[in-house]
Amino acid sequence: MEKRIYVDNAATTKTDSRVLEAMLPYFAEVYGNPSSIYAEGRAAKAAVETARAQVATAIGAEAGEIYFTGSGSEADNWAIRSAAKALKDKGNHIITTAVEHHAVLHTCQSLEKEGFEVTYLPVDAFGRVSVDAVKNAIKDTTILITVMFANNEIGTIMPIAEIGALAKEKGILFHTDAVQAIGMVPINVKEMHIDMLSLTGHKFHGPKGSGALYVRKGVKLTSFITGGAQEKNRRAGTENVAGIVGLGKAIELATEDIPKKAAYLTKLRDTYIQKMLDTVPYAQLNGHPEERLPGNANISFSFIEGEGLLLFLDMKGISASSGSACTSGSLDPSHVLLAIGRKHEEAHGSLRVSFDTENTLEDVDTIVTAVAEIVERLRSMSPLYETFLKEQK
Amino acid sequence: MYSEKVMDHFSNPRNVGEIEDANAVGEVGNPQCGDIMKIYMKINEETNIIEDVKFKTFGCGAAIATSSMATELVKGKSVDEAMQMTNKAVVEALDGLPPVKLHCSVLAEEAVQSAIFNYYENRGMTPPEGLKCSGCCGSCHHHHHEEEE
Ligand SMILES: Cc1ncc(COP(=O)(O)O)c(C=O)c1O
Repeated sequence: MEKRIYVDNAATTKTDSRVLEAMLPYFAEVYGNPSSIYAEGRAAKAAVETARAQVATAIGAEAGEIYFTGSGSEADNWAIRSAAKALKDKGNHIITTAVEHHAVLHTCQSLEKEGFEVTYLPVDAFGRVSVDAVKNAIKDTTILITVMFANNEIGTIMPIAEIGALAKEKGILFHTDAVQAIGMVPINVKEMHIDMLSLTGHKFHGPKGSGALYVRKGVKLTSFITGGAQEKNRRAGTENVAGIVGLGKAIELATEDIPKKAAYLTKLRDTYIQKMLDTVPYAQLNGHPEERLPGNANISFSFIEGEGLLLFLDMKGISASSGSACTSGSLDPSHVLLAIGRKHEEAHGSLRVSFDTENTLEDVDTIVTAVAEIVERLRSMSPLYETFLKEQK
Repeated sequence: MYSEKVMDHFSNPRNVGEIEDANAVGEVGNPQCGDIMKIYMKINEETNIIEDVKFKTFGCGAAIATSSMATELVKGKSVDEAMQMTNKAVVEALDGLPPVKLHCSVLAEEAVQSAIFNYYENRGMTPPEGLKCSGCCGSCHHHHHEEEE
C-alpha cells in the first residue's frame, strides 16, 4: 500500500507488534481450554490470569475485580444492565449524559422501555457535564450514575474524580466508560471512586474484540451470559485466550509512560488545531481547548458536508472521520455536536482527527494543506457558501 | 461503497457553478438534512430546450454525484423530456447507489422539477400537472418524522 497517514486512532488502532507477538503462541501452541485441568489447559488459564492482573494494575484495581468481555460495548451493556437488575428494588432512576457513546445511550433507552427512568444531562459548550448538574439530578430513587471518562468524538474529559467522590458520598453506584481514556489519561479507580469501568483493547493497540469490565469488590454483578462457569459464573463461553493475552500486554504498554506520550500527542494536536484555524476561515474547534484527550482534534468547517471531505482526504491517502450524518450510516449528524450547541450544518461539516505516536509534525502539515484545499473546493460547490458570500456584500 | 461512476462524478463533477442570467432556478433540501441542491438552467423560451444547466450542492459524495449526473441527463433536453427524468434514471446512470443514499437521487429529481416549476412561474404560466416539487424536500420530511418519534 502507498504511504498513508492514519489519523483515526479514536476509531481503532494498529495492533502493536509486541502485542501480536505475545498473542501468537496462544493460537497453535498453547491452545488448551482454560477450564481443562491438564497442562495445556493450565497454561492457558495462567495466561488469562496474568492478563487479568495486567489490566488490574493499569487502573489501580485488583485482579479479582476484572471481568473479560468481547468488546467495550459489551462492558457498557453489562455494567448498566447489571446495576439496573441488581438494584431495581432500591430504585429505578439512572443518571447519564447526552454525549455518551451509543453503547451506553441505547442501553439506557432500552431500560427506559422496561420502566426505568433515565436523566440525560446536558453538557456545556465544551462538552463537559457539571458536577452540580449531576448532584441536582440525584433523587431518592437514583441507583446508577454513568458518565464517560472522555468523549470519543470531541475528546472532552469529564470531571470523573469529582463525580466519583459525589457518588460515593451519596452511596450511588458509579460507572464510567473509559474506552477512550485508557492509556491517554492516568486512571486509578480507587482514588477516583469508580465502581465500574469499561475498556476495550483495540483503542490502545490491542486486538479487536477484546474488552474488560472492572467491578469493585462488593458490588453485585449479575451474570450476563449463562452457561459454563467462566468469569466467575457471570459470563459463560470459552475465553478468547489470545485476545485476552493481547489486551493484557497492550494495556501494560499503553499505561507505561502516559505523561511522555500525552506530551507528544498534545504537541501534535495543538499544532494541528492552531494551523488549521489559522489557515481555514469559518472553522471552529469542537470540544474543550485543554480538558481534552491529547490526540483528539475535532473541527467544524462551515458550509460543507463532512463525507465529501473524508472521501477527498482518502484519495490523498489520509484516513480521518466525521460527525456528518452521511458517514454515520444514519441520517442524523452527531448527537455529541448537537449537544454542544452546533447547528445541524456545522455538525455535518466536522472533521475528527485522532493522532497516535506514529504520527509526526510533518503529517500535521500535510493534513492541514490537504484539508484547506478540499474545504475550499467543496465550498466552491456549496450553495450555503454562495448565499453567505452574497449576504456579506 | 460507491461505484466508480459515483466516485468519478463526485471527484470531477460536471456543470458545477451558477448561471448569472438563469431563467429557471430550483433549490431543494435544507441544511438540517445535510443536503441542499440548487440547480440553475438557461432554457430557450422559443424551443423549451435546456441550453445550459449548472448546480451547487451542499451534501455528501452521493449528493454531489447525483447533482452532477442529473445535470448531464437534462442538458440539451427539452423541458418536457427533463420533467420525465426520474431518480431511478439518475441511479442507473451512476451504476447504483447504496440504499441509505437513495434519497440523494430523489433530491436530484426534485431539484430538476423545482427548476422547471420556477421556469413556468417566472413566465407567469401555470406549471404543467405532475411537477412534483416546488422547493420541498420529500426525503427529508420522512426523516424529521423519525426524529420526532
Ligand atoms: C467511548 C466509547 N465507548 C464504547 C465504545 C465501543 O467499544 P467496542 O468497539 O469495543 O465495542 C467505543 C468505541 O467505538 C467508544 O469510543
